[in-house]
Amino acid sequence: MRVLYFAWLREKIGVAEENIEFPPQVKNVAALIDWLRARGPGYAAAFAEQKLVRCAVDQEFAGPETAIAGAVEIAFFPPVTGG
Amino acid sequence: MMLRIAVLEADFDAGAELARLNLPGAGGVGSFIGVVRDSGGLAALHLEHYPGMTERAVTKIAKQAAARWPLLGCTVIHRVGRLAPGENIVFVGASSAHRDAALQAAGFLIDWLKTKAPFWKREEFVSGASAWVAAREADDAAALGWR
Repeated sequence: MRVLYFAWLREKIGVAEENIEFPPQVKNVAALIDWLRARGPGYAAAFAEQKLVRCAVDQEFAGPETAIAGAVEIAFFPPVTGG
Repeated sequence: MMLRIAVLEADFDAGAELARLNLPGAGGVGSFIGVVRDSGGLAALHLEHYPGMTERAVTKIAKQAAARWPLLGCTVIHRVGRLAPGENIVFVGASSAHRDAALQAAGFLIDWLKTKAPFWKREEFVSGASAWVAAREADDAAALGWR
């Protein structure tokens, strides 16, 4: 699955996007965040304050309970600040 | 309804955009232009976005506006990249037979754009320091006011 990071999440993790194969028990966004946090200190730092992290599954805003089975693209980013 | 959405690095021509919204049957065009505020010490704003999702999210916001007000046209243009103080950031415009719809739709578009479109701002200061802009609760409140 393609995973994208934007703004300071990208800076903390060190990559803008990556292809990740994760285990089948990772079923929703919350579980994916937990799994990613264990990947290294950059990930742990990026996801340390989960209330500051937003997610989109296939380019639609998603919550922690959103299922990720079959998704093509998942993105993590801070609350938006455009306009 | 004419729907025009663009994300670009280059500046936009607000006059040309307003003229484009002067559509047959229009009685008014409401618009808002956001510019980089020159707060002392700021060298530039860096705007980044999520290509693909941005266009999707902005289209959704524009269609919601069109469902609420009888619009003839709707334009959202958002710049990305490095923008110096005083430069344009965003243009929203709505065209309708009557001014209430045009003005309200323009307000709705910018309020929702600030809370639902995947753009992020980083401030670059003349000191060389840099900081990501934090989301404002007031923006969320403004968007929710339209519910």
